[in-house]
This record gives sequence, C-alpha cells and structure tokens, in this order.
Amino acid sequence: MAIWIYDKTFEGFLTLVFDCYQKKIFPDRILGYGNVQFSLFQPEYEVLTDEVRAKRVWDGLHKKVSSTNCQMIYYVFLSEIEDIELLLLRYIRKAFGSEESVELNFGDCDVLELLKIDRKVVREAERIRMFVRFQKTKDGIYYASFDPKYNVLPLVTKHFENRFPDQRWIIYDTRRNYGFYYDLKNTSEFKFAESFIDASTGKIDQSIMGTDEQLFQDMWKSYFKSICIKERINPKLHMQMLPKRFWKYLIEKQT
Amino acid sequence: MSNVLKKLEILAGAAKYDVSCASSGSNRSNSGKGLGNASPWGICHSFTEDGRCVSLLKIMFTNYCMYDCAYCLNRRSNDVPRTAFTVKEIVDLTIEFYRRNYIEGLFLSSGVVKSPDHTMSLLIRVAKELRTNHRYNGYIHLKSIPGASTELIREAGLYADRLSVNIEIPSEPNLKMLAPEKDYRSILTPMNSIHQGILVSKEDTRKFRSAPKFVPAGQSTQLIVGATPDTDNQILTLASGLYNHQDLKRVYYSGYIPINTNDSRLPVLSTPPLVRENRLYQSDWLMRFYFFRVDEIVNDRHPNLDLDIDPKLSYAIRNPWMFPVDVNKAPYELILRVPGIGVRSAKLILTSRRYGRISSYQLQKMGVVMKRAKYFITCNELGSSTINEIKPENMKQLFMPKKEIKKKDKHPGQLSFVFPD
Repeated sequence: MAIWIYDKTFEGFLTLVFDCYQKKIFPDRILGYGNVQFSLFQPEYEVLTDEVRAKRVWDGLHKKVSSTNCQMIYYVFLSEIEDIELLLLRYIRKAFGSEESVELNFGDCDVLELLKIDRKVVREAERIRMFVRFQKTKDGIYYASFDPKYNVLPLVTKHFENRFPDQRWIIYDTRRNYGFYYDLKNTSEFKFAESFIDASTGKIDQSIMGTDEQLFQDMWKSYFKSICIKERINPKLHMQMLPKRFWKYLIEKQT
Repeated sequence: MSNVLKKLEILAGAAKYDVSCASSGSNRSNSGKGLGNASPWGICHSFTEDGRCVSLLKIMFTNYCMYDCAYCLNRRSNDVPRTAFTVKEIVDLTIEFYRRNYIEGLFLSSGVVKSPDHTMSLLIRVAKELRTNHRYNGYIHLKSIPGASTELIREAGLYADRLSVNIEIPSEPNLKMLAPEKDYRSILTPMNSIHQGILVSKEDTRKFRSAPKFVPAGQSTQLIVGATPDTDNQILTLASGLYNHQDLKRVYYSGYIPINTNDSRLPVLSTPPLVRENRLYQSDWLMRFYFFRVDEIVNDRHPNLDLDIDPKLSYAIRNPWMFPVDVNKAPYELILRVPGIGVRSAKLILTSRRYGRISSYQLQKMGVVMKRAKYFITCNELGSSTINEIKPENMKQLFMPKKEIKKKDKHPGQLSFVFPD
C-alpha cells in the first residue's frame, strides 16, 4: 500500500499532484505529518511543498476546468474531511485524463461528491457571515469567536472587510486556534498568545469590555425574545434552522 | 438607554406579526468609508423559537394608531402599553446592532399617528438620517403607510431598499368589514406609485449608470390567511396578479393568529392555520420558480389547496395524463413538474444527461426524492409501477402520513354504521 505524507497545506497538496504525475504513482493513502502515528504502515514518500510545482498544477487545472471548478477544488480541500485528498486526486485525474470537460457530468460519483462537499463548505462559510457576533472592547475593536466545522475563515474575511471598513475587528477560529485581525487597512492572520476570552461562551473579559457593550447584548437578547410569536413556537424547526453547535457563541441563546 | 430597552420590547413585540423577513435583492456596495453593504442574496442572522428567520431589526416607530383594524394588536381600541421611539434612538440602535453583526438592516413600520403623511415622513427621516449622516449602506425596508401621498412614497423609495404596503385581507368587502378605515384604493395607489417609480428608475439606470436607486429590492406585501372566508383560489389569484402586473418581489402569507379574541367579526380558532400557510408558500414557489400558472394550482373546481399533500403532488394526481415523464428526454419545464424533483436536481439532471443515460441510482444521489418521484418518471431501468397503473384515485393514500392511519385504526374516533337502503 502506497502511503504518502505531506504538510496539509493546499500548496503541499498541489505539489503532491505534481509528484504523482512525475513518478507515475498514485498513492492509496495520503496523510498529514501529524496523522502518521495512527497508521500501521510506514509512509513511503514525503512530499516537499514546492511553490513552482504547485503553480504548474494549478495553471494546468485552469486549462482543463473552469475557474469556478478550480475554486471548488480549493473549497473542498478546506473541508478537511478525512481522505478528502483521495477524492480530489481522483477528480483531478479525471479532469486531466479526459478530452472534454468533466465538470458537469453529475452522473459521475466523484463529480457529484465534489459538488456536494463544495456546497457544505460554502454553507459553513455562509454560517460565519450569519452567526458571527462581535463584542466591542474598550479600545474599539470588535471581537468575535467562531468554531466552524470546516476551515472556512479565510473565505469570509473579504465579506467583513467590505462590510465594516471603518471598524477594527477580529474573528477567531477557536477550534483551529487562529484568527484574522483587520486594522482599518489590512487583514492579517494571527494567533493569541494569551487569551481574554472565556472559552465556553466566547465572551470577552469584563476588564476589556466597552462601556455600552453589555447593554447592547441585553437589548439584543430582549429583542430576540420579544419577536417570537408564542402561538407558533416550533422547537424542531428552530433547531433545524439554528443548529445547536452554534449556540455557544450566540448571545441570544446564552442564559 | 434603559428606557430604550423597554421601548424595544414593546415596539418589537408590536411589529412581530409582519412576517416579511427577506434582506435579499439589493446590491449596495460600500465606498470604503461608510458602514455596511447589502448583498443580493440576503443574510439571515438568527432564527426565532418559532423557526422564522431574523434578518432585520423589525420594529415599529410607534404603536399608537388612529385606526381600529379588527385583526391588529395595535388597534385603537386595544388596551396595550403604548410608546414611541425618537429618530435618534432607532438610528443608534440600528447602527450598534449592525456593527455587531446581529442584523442585516432595519425593517421599520408604524402605527398611523396624526395622518398617513405625518407617519410616512417620520419613517423617511430615519432612513434619510441613516443614509446621509451615517453613510449607512445596509438594508432598509420601510412600510408604506396606506393613504400616504405619492411624493412621500417617491422620497421614501430613494432611501429604502424595499417598500411594502400590506394588503392584509385578500378581498375588498372583507377588508372593509375588518378595517373600516382602509380600502383597496389606499393600498393599491401607493403600490402603483412604487411600481411606477421602479420602472422609471430602471429606465434611468439604463441611460445613466449613476442614476439614484429607487427601491432596488422591489416591493412586497402580506396577506393574512384564515381571518376571513376567502378561498385559496382568491388568495393565489390575487398574488399571481401582483407578481404579473405589479412586478412584486414577494407576497407573504401570514396564518391568522387570534390576537383580539373578543371581536365577533373574526373567526374563533384554537391554533393558527399553519399547514394552510405552508401550502400557500409552496404554491407561491410553484408560480415563481416552477412555471406553474395559478389556475393549474387552484381554480373554480378545486378552490382550496389540499392540506394533506403538497400542491405539486396534488397537481400531478389531478393530471395523470402528463406522466410518466422520461427524465432522459423531457424538457426542463416538464421535469420540474415531477413531484420529488426540485430546481436543483432538475438542473443536475439536465447537465448530466449529455454524458450518458441517467439511472435511478444517480437520481437518488442527485437529491431526487425517489419515494415520491418513482410514480411519475421513467428512466433507464426503473421498473416500478407509475401513476397510470396505480390509478390516480389510489395515489393519495400512498403519501398520507402513516402514523395517523395507524392511530385511526387503533382508536377509531367515531363508530359508523352503514344502513343498507
């Protein structure tokens, strides 16, 4: 069984594709450095991420499928689903190996699967746009914790730059422990060294909270309560629309 | 500000029966200095415990009202706490909520105070303040007050993304009975002005790209369902007319909730007609996205929607001659008519069948609900019996919720004795 390992970056994955074609070997399993210990077998090849090789694969893909589909490959990669690399590799082989474009052939399991995972990732990114709740700090930074199933934070920074160009904000992925900070000019990735955030609620510490912040949180909670029509209460529907895994950071769902 | 908290409770509670919630259809970008933008697809930010989307801060300017409409919580004769916001309070609340990503924008309506024009200009002041002084580009939905002058409607349209006038009662005599101070003219006149304004603005933007936007997200309205004996045929025919002739973006259907239980003009209901409301929305979808004509869904022979099964299935059972549809050959519009196939799967079928014939396994993978669809299609190898073998009159049985049938068998509600003639 051919097991390859790589660094779990998208560039690393593209390099891996390049190496497959060069060596004319397609691995049976692809693991990240961290996962190796769980495998019974030893990896037989280690991919060394290489910008040039990655770019050649990326450009090659753009010739074979539309840019929408290239984007889809990236999005699906961000899902971090187990063995997602194998699906992507199969898809890429079909794209490179076929005369006509394969991307609309949804009768093909891999093509359809790619589309389905892409939708899931897009939906998760959408959920950040929906459910992120900023809290204002004393020095005027708007902070939000989020815990997305897939690694979609990089897909939404543009949205918040466009929407809030005149306020400084932070969105932090508590599951992967990294975030983005927008300083009125640029958005940059960072990691907290020490945290002023309550891990279970995402709430910022009282000591750094802005003066009116608590009031607006209370008003939002009270608004949320007032607009519910009690004759129509439907917990099942509520849960379906607002899955429980998002509740922990939602002000209106905190008691 | 704690004063505002109290007002918010009252005036949000007063606005909640307006079911409009969309924040889509507008496209306002941010120049880089202002606050917010509006995206064409709209964004929900939360969901109430009744399962409805919370996208906009939906509040009333005031719940004082000079009218006495039977179905309304805020009617003059009701004894409820009354209050009013100031312009600044609404503006601040909108901006603070928006900055925290609680909301996509503001939905502002109001009880009618002093006169329709006076009330309308209060709403306009809020929108103008947000757009001009605060450079706010988020979504604004204003309620047009019935009877407000054309000039004010025009002005409101320059600041709002969407305007709406609620028809509420689907037929004029019934409206007259429940809301003596209103008539169809006071509703349809502003609706016409908005429609005209949109047409003019579209023409202008064709000539000058910088022409000011006029209600870019269009107009909507709401119909209360079940407060009057109006049939689904009446309701949907009215809605269809609004889509075709007034170019409305959305018609909302609001199952009547008995708020004012002591009014003899209103029916006594134990629960709001939620299933009927749901069937109306499904029919609305059929008209807007599935190319159905209103008289195919309801008509004089079939004036009310079937509450047991959805309107598309009901249509299919009433029109068995149309089936089975061959998914490998039929045009898009016909595939869309198959129960269990939605817009998304219909599109997947169409693009994929160029590569080869589609099997039932693939259909299932694409999201087709085979449990329903199998009676209405043929594809590669599917051998199950279709509607014509099973007979239309037996079809409905297949789709009735199983639990209820069982329950009935176990505990028959009523014994029936059949006496031979």
